[in-house]
Amino acid sequence: MGVIEVEQIKEVVSCVFILAGVIFMLISTIGLLRFPDFYIRMSAITKGASLGVGLILLGLGIYFNQPDIMLKVLAIITFIFITAPVAAHVISRTAVRNHSPFWNKTNLKEFEEYQEKLHLDKIKNHDRYREEQKTEKKPSGAGDNV
Amino acid sequence: MSLFQITLTIAMAVLSLCLLLTAIRFAIGPTLPDRITAFDLIVANVIGIIAIYTEFTGNEDFIDVAIILSVFGFLGSVTFAYYIMKINV
Repeated sequence: MGVIEVEQIKEVVSCVFILAGVIFMLISTIGLLRFPDFYIRMSAITKGASLGVGLILLGLGIYFNQPDIMLKVLAIITFIFITAPVAAHVISRTAVRNHSPFWNKTNLKEFEEYQEKLHLDKIKNHDRYREEQKTEKKPSGAGDNV
Repeated sequence: MSLFQITLTIAMAVLSLCLLLTAIRFAIGPTLPDRITAFDLIVANVIGIIAIYTEFTGNEDFIDVAIILSVFGFLGSVTFAYYIMKINV
């Protein structure tokens, strides 16, 4: 009798985790389909899908109740939680470089200031590079004269 | 049919619906980065489906498939992102 109760507790806890994970996956998928902008879609995917997959895999590990399977499940969850933000950052940086359009209600003030600053810095660095080239040329010319 | 199996069936059905909606976004995505994110979500959905299938059958060997799939999903999305950066700049 005691063994059966433990089995039932495992099944109920696993069911709760799996249903929570599936609900998160469904919400993130609806966000992918309905949101207006690439960047907002990206944020919906990265957070919701990572949490959903983590909860489903945790329910799997609780159901089997063995140490090696729990270790594998924790390895998958750690890997997903490390790599999902990296992949999202790489793809969104690529989209910014390719001038992917923003939503018209997005507040772009800080981004434009940052871009202006970056552009000015690039021009300044370009001038400084030219000056360095000139100053490098001058001593060589002086050496030729002597 | 116990409550546990009913829950697993519902979860499998909802994940299949998620795959269908993601395929719609994959088809109508205006730009290539949209399709890459849709591909990322497809990989996550398939990992979830593999986990639920493992609980259905009770066979523990399918978890290794989920490990490999998570690795290859990350590699695929990063590789596509670098590919787009190289062809458009």
